[in-house]
Amino acid sequence: MEQAAIAGSVIECRGVWYRLDGGAHDGSSRGRALLSNVNLHVERGETLVLLGRSGSGKTTTLKLINRLLEPTAGEVLVEGRRTSDWDPIRLRRRIGYVIQEVGLFPHFTVERNVGLVPSLEGWEMPRIRARVAELLRLVGLEPGQFASRRPHELSGGQRQRVGVARALAADPPILLMDEPFGALDPVTRAELQREFRELAARLGKTIVFVTHDVREALLLGTRIALLAEGRLVAIHSPGEFLRAPEAEVKAFVSALGIGEL
Amino acid sequence: MNVFDFMIRNRAEVLQLTLEHLALVAIAMALAVVIGVPLGVALTRRRALERWVLGAANVIQTVPSLALFGFLIPVPLIGGIGGRTAVVALTLYALLPIIRNTYVGITGVDPAVIEAARGMGMTDGQLLWQVEIPLSLGVILAGIRVATVICVGVATIAAAIGAGGLGMYIFRGVAMVNNQVILAGAIPAAVLAVLADVSLGWAERRLTAR
Repeated sequence: MEQAAIAGSVIECRGVWYRLDGGAHDGSSRGRALLSNVNLHVERGETLVLLGRSGSGKTTTLKLINRLLEPTAGEVLVEGRRTSDWDPIRLRRRIGYVIQEVGLFPHFTVERNVGLVPSLEGWEMPRIRARVAELLRLVGLEPGQFASRRPHELSGGQRQRVGVARALAADPPILLMDEPFGALDPVTRAELQREFRELAARLGKTIVFVTHDVREALLLGTRIALLAEGRLVAIHSPGEFLRAPEAEVKAFVSALGIGEL
Repeated sequence: MNVFDFMIRNRAEVLQLTLEHLALVAIAMALAVVIGVPLGVALTRRRALERWVLGAANVIQTVPSLALFGFLIPVPLIGGIGGRTAVVALTLYALLPIIRNTYVGITGVDPAVIEAARGMGMTDGQLLWQVEIPLSLGVILAGIRVATVICVGVATIAAAIGAGGLGMYIFRGVAMVNNQVILAGAIPAAVLAVLADVSLGWAERRLTAR
């Protein structure tokens, strides 16, 4: 057994299946399998990109980690404990979560949005204020100008910056990001990707990042896991990925080529 | 003699009947809100119940109001002649718009907001009170407003089972073939309905988050 390597993993999937009807733990064929026998682990401080086409199981994998879903078979471990053994609320407060639609609370100001988890955790008001200001600066928004605004008064890029700040608010060790820059225009997206890369390196968070954009995967990932039809095809570093032999990987790499030439 | 002279001469009685009317509506609406809003919320948690509960409320709504009052008279405990039966009937009538709007309002909250809230580790209670209720308050209040206006109108029929209210003048006027007496009940009832509509509409705009 490779116990030593496993002990260093922050997140681990062991033989994970996820079926739509939630039944059939014995691997028999009831229900459509969104994930089939996925094994992977994420090391502390790395950015693992889950790459794949729509419906390949990327988002499902992400939701299994913060227990928005539970595996039909197999187990998902976070910090060495099965997600089913965690109190889901405690688990989720240790995991920042950013989604493509952002999901800012429209009835809260930017400040209350960003300060939400700290306030749920019972922080004192002055500490929340200071933390919110710090985070807004971190994501490139001037607190004096943005803290009191409502989400509908922000551009798409600004909204996603607030989304990232909100996910980081209580300083969670793990960050899950589901196509966070997917809905942005190309210029804003490139800007946020560049800033995010610096931020990830600086903060040392363990990050799982979902995307279908191979360019984004190569730019942001320390490793890239390719999913196809619910199966994990391969995991490579960005350098290996470009030369990898698997047909599914080659399809993604060649799509990149067309874009560049 | 015009209707206003009649109302001024009988102002004590007009006032008394208006207050009775208001009391019937207020008690019935309070009960309907206390029952209907939690029921609407419960439906969003157990969607399988939606068909049954909304179906039942729909059926009640289709019973002609006069018949509903009549049906309740022989029912033990809640039935009989008088105010209690009227309140039960009015409450049943007000339930449908309140349950339906609560359900529709909460299920209409942006799913991305709900997913973000759950992903951030909100408990079910926090999700309900800090996100779902505030974001659907406008729709819920619109349901309460519709129910109140219906309730003010239907409450005139309460007089038929001895519960008092402005319906007393209407039924008396019909029996006497006297339009002035009918109007002495109908005009204050209409004014109450308009006032309820305007004031609840104002509250709706004030409380609706945007």
